[in-house]
Amino acid sequence: MAQMERDYLSNFPTLSLPAAFSQPIYPKTMLRTLLSTIRRGPIIHQLRTPVLVSAIARPVRAFASTTTPLQEAPNDKRGEKVHFLGATSSYFVYEMKFIQNMEPIPTYRVMDQNGHVKVQQDELEVSKEMAVKIYKDMVTLNMMDLILYEAQRQGRISFYMTNYGEEAYMGSAAALQPEDVIFGQYREAGVLLYRGFTLDEFMNQCYSNEGDIGKGRQMPVHYGSKKHNFQTISSPLGTQIPQAAGAAYALKRAGRKNCVMCYFGEGAASEGDFHAALNMAATTKCPVIFFCHVTYDPYVTFFRSISRNNGFAISTPVIDQYKGDGIASRGIGYGIDTIRVDGNDVWAVYNATVAARKLAVEENRPVLIEAMTYRIGHHSTSDDSTKYRDRKEVERRELDNPITRLRKWLEVKGWWGEAEEGALRTDRKKEIMRSFNAAEKRKKPAVMELFTDVYDKLPPNLVEQQRELNELMEKYPEHYSTEAYAKGK
Amino acid sequence: MRLATTLFTSALRAASRNSSVASIAGRIVGQQAQSRAYVSSSSPPPAEGFMPGVMTSKLIKRTAEEALRNPELANTGAANGETRKMNLFQAVNDAMAIALATDETAVIFGEDVAFGGVFRCTTGLAETFGRDRVFNTPLTEQGIAGFGIGMASVGHTAIAEIQFADYIFPAFDQIVNEAAKYRYRSGGIFNVGGLTLRSPCSAVGHGAHYHSQSPEAYFAHTPGIKVVIPRGPIQAKGLLLASIRDRNPVVFFEPKILYRSAVEQVPVGDYELPLGKAEIVKKGKDVTVVGWGSQMYVLENAIQMAEKRIPGLSCELIDLRSILPWDAETIAASVNRTGRLVVAHEAPRTQGFAAEIAAEITQRCFLRLEAPVQRVCGWDTPFPLVFEKFYMPDIIRCFEGIKKVVEY
Repeated sequence: MAQMERDYLSNFPTLSLPAAFSQPIYPKTMLRTLLSTIRRGPIIHQLRTPVLVSAIARPVRAFASTTTPLQEAPNDKRGEKVHFLGATSSYFVYEMKFIQNMEPIPTYRVMDQNGHVKVQQDELEVSKEMAVKIYKDMVTLNMMDLILYEAQRQGRISFYMTNYGEEAYMGSAAALQPEDVIFGQYREAGVLLYRGFTLDEFMNQCYSNEGDIGKGRQMPVHYGSKKHNFQTISSPLGTQIPQAAGAAYALKRAGRKNCVMCYFGEGAASEGDFHAALNMAATTKCPVIFFCHVTYDPYVTFFRSISRNNGFAISTPVIDQYKGDGIASRGIGYGIDTIRVDGNDVWAVYNATVAARKLAVEENRPVLIEAMTYRIGHHSTSDDSTKYRDRKEVERRELDNPITRLRKWLEVKGWWGEAEEGALRTDRKKEIMRSFNAAEKRKKPAVMELFTDVYDKLPPNLVEQQRELNELMEKYPEHYSTEAYAKGK
Repeated sequence: MRLATTLFTSALRAASRNSSVASIAGRIVGQQAQSRAYVSSSSPPPAEGFMPGVMTSKLIKRTAEEALRNPELANTGAANGETRKMNLFQAVNDAMAIALATDETAVIFGEDVAFGGVFRCTTGLAETFGRDRVFNTPLTEQGIAGFGIGMASVGHTAIAEIQFADYIFPAFDQIVNEAAKYRYRSGGIFNVGGLTLRSPCSAVGHGAHYHSQSPEAYFAHTPGIKVVIPRGPIQAKGLLLASIRDRNPVVFFEPKILYRSAVEQVPVGDYELPLGKAEIVKKGKDVTVVGWGSQMYVLENAIQMAEKRIPGLSCELIDLRSILPWDAETIAASVNRTGRLVVAHEAPRTQGFAAEIAAEITQRCFLRLEAPVQRVCGWDTPFPLVFEKFYMPDIIRCFEGIKKVVEY
């Protein structure tokens, strides 16, 4: 390395330091910076620009004044533009001022808590068919959540996570095309449901039975479906965010007029992968929509006065998660088109996603949507949220949720009523219970599926280990009962 | 931050602006001539590192006939017999050019790859294949790995570069929890087989803590990925092409000290060498000696020394090539013949990959072993700067290891 640099420097035999540098006027670090700038050679002309003149101390000014500026400083109304390559649109000011308070980013909504559309010209171009489908799927998801949550409480499945209060992302699913690729976190069952993932498929996954696409290897609610372009959920938080950017880059290269939708919560946005992903998506111009659902939680009202949001990752209120203006303010920092929406308003979510998709697919711009919602349920079945928040508050919040708001909207339109509601609930309950019972009765996948899919083909060590397990199972059948497992392989 | 990286990048970036590629090549050749002189004397190591024995190694194929004699190359694209003199970075470059030319979905990305890479591995590729296929990313290893996984998850081929293996750890989560488990956890409906992560590894003479590491053992504990390390240009090209086309995620470590020092006649055709297969590079009957990457040249020299000093001794030298999955069968068959095993690697000893080999071979060859398996490894310290010569499992230490199993 040193050799290479020496070789390189020998290309500039005539390079010598200006006289001003021979006197030790500068702190050593500054001198080093200057020297390294000079060593880089091609950037040497920068020394002549007014940039460095203003950035360093007086004696250099004499050095600089003997030369002409690299280019005329464009003097717009805001003053002289900087020539630093890291921020080319900045300009100089002579008032020393920290950026401290920025205007909070507003929250876009289409309808209020009573389902009234506020701005008339915003009246939606939504068909009755789509609106009713969204509503039905929201109710179905809610009912499935109730049943599977209870099933876990009774020890019939090992784990569950509900979607209570976050059903409005059904609006984002409706705004996408079926070929758009989804990367989720684990609370996006509604998106799958909207795309046609069947109740049987949900139940089979939660029961880890032989009908499970994932072959019973992952915890419940880690859904995935190739048919529905929904990449399989994994537990590590935030990892899907840079993956979504990469997948979007691939779609762009393939010339497909599709985007990638990536869901995550505000807690995951504290992971390094969030930062990596937004920066990469912006610099490589990926058609990806980052959809952050911020779960607003009113658990300790006292904190309200000092914090705009009081949501949770699990038990961590938002004020312990970040100090800035939510996640949306960060998107702007990465140069990403950003919007904050009312996450209980399915039409705000829908409108924002339609527009975001247009930006992504037509202009290859990543977009960030921050949906402010409220996690009504516990984090998961392993969590009792009454330990860190007030049950009454939760009940009060439940009055404004995406489902009731959409129902009010539908009723105003005359597209829904008590009769339809009753029929839907009876019908869905029957379907869910039928799937539930069937899933419970199915066998677990064949034991040897334990070894497959680690690689595309079984490597010799796994062939050997598979044989070893088989021998053990034959030797100790009473210990390794396979009655509950499918035969095969 | 990364001092060496910065030096490399700034020097080379400036150089590429100011002089033609030809003159850079000229300078590199000049440096090689210089390093030859260093190797033969007792002077300090040359700037690009101290790699004894590569210049005179029998593992290096200097003629086309020698290069093509390898039976693994029969029935491959190398069969037409045409070869060109290449060093390791040129062979890597050649493999990637072929990968891009034969697969429209393949892209290369990482830090500073667009101008040719800090080790010249991607020289000319952006110009030939376009900036959308060979592009720089922001400086974020976890982002690079995640981005590659995403591309591969929708069926594309992603060749990602981590600038030094020492900097792969920010991507550890993406590699271990995501890439390695992608197929398994989805029940086989999704996979990231199109992903290859290339990264320069191992000692370079003066790389100290963060430009010298050999992290293969960390990854060897991860079912679902493959880990591959070539020993020279012919191997690098064939194994890299195989890695890129393999339907599993592969971490491909390139011994950076060999980038310029290992030069051989490389088949110009499109050929692949098998993953998961070790190669017996020298037959022998008394001791089995196993290594990989640049350590192969140290072992070759140590064997020469041992065979000279211990009359009648005959050592078998095996290049493991694939760390995961590894070819236990070939090693076991060899040890069953020789009865003695020495494994050497630069990485620290405790939990280094030699431990896995020693344990497995002890289990498979217990009745045939005539001496305890010897591990000659880096010490259990961070990789030091001025003490590199004393840290390395060098010729003397490898010779001692062979002597120990022979005299036991």
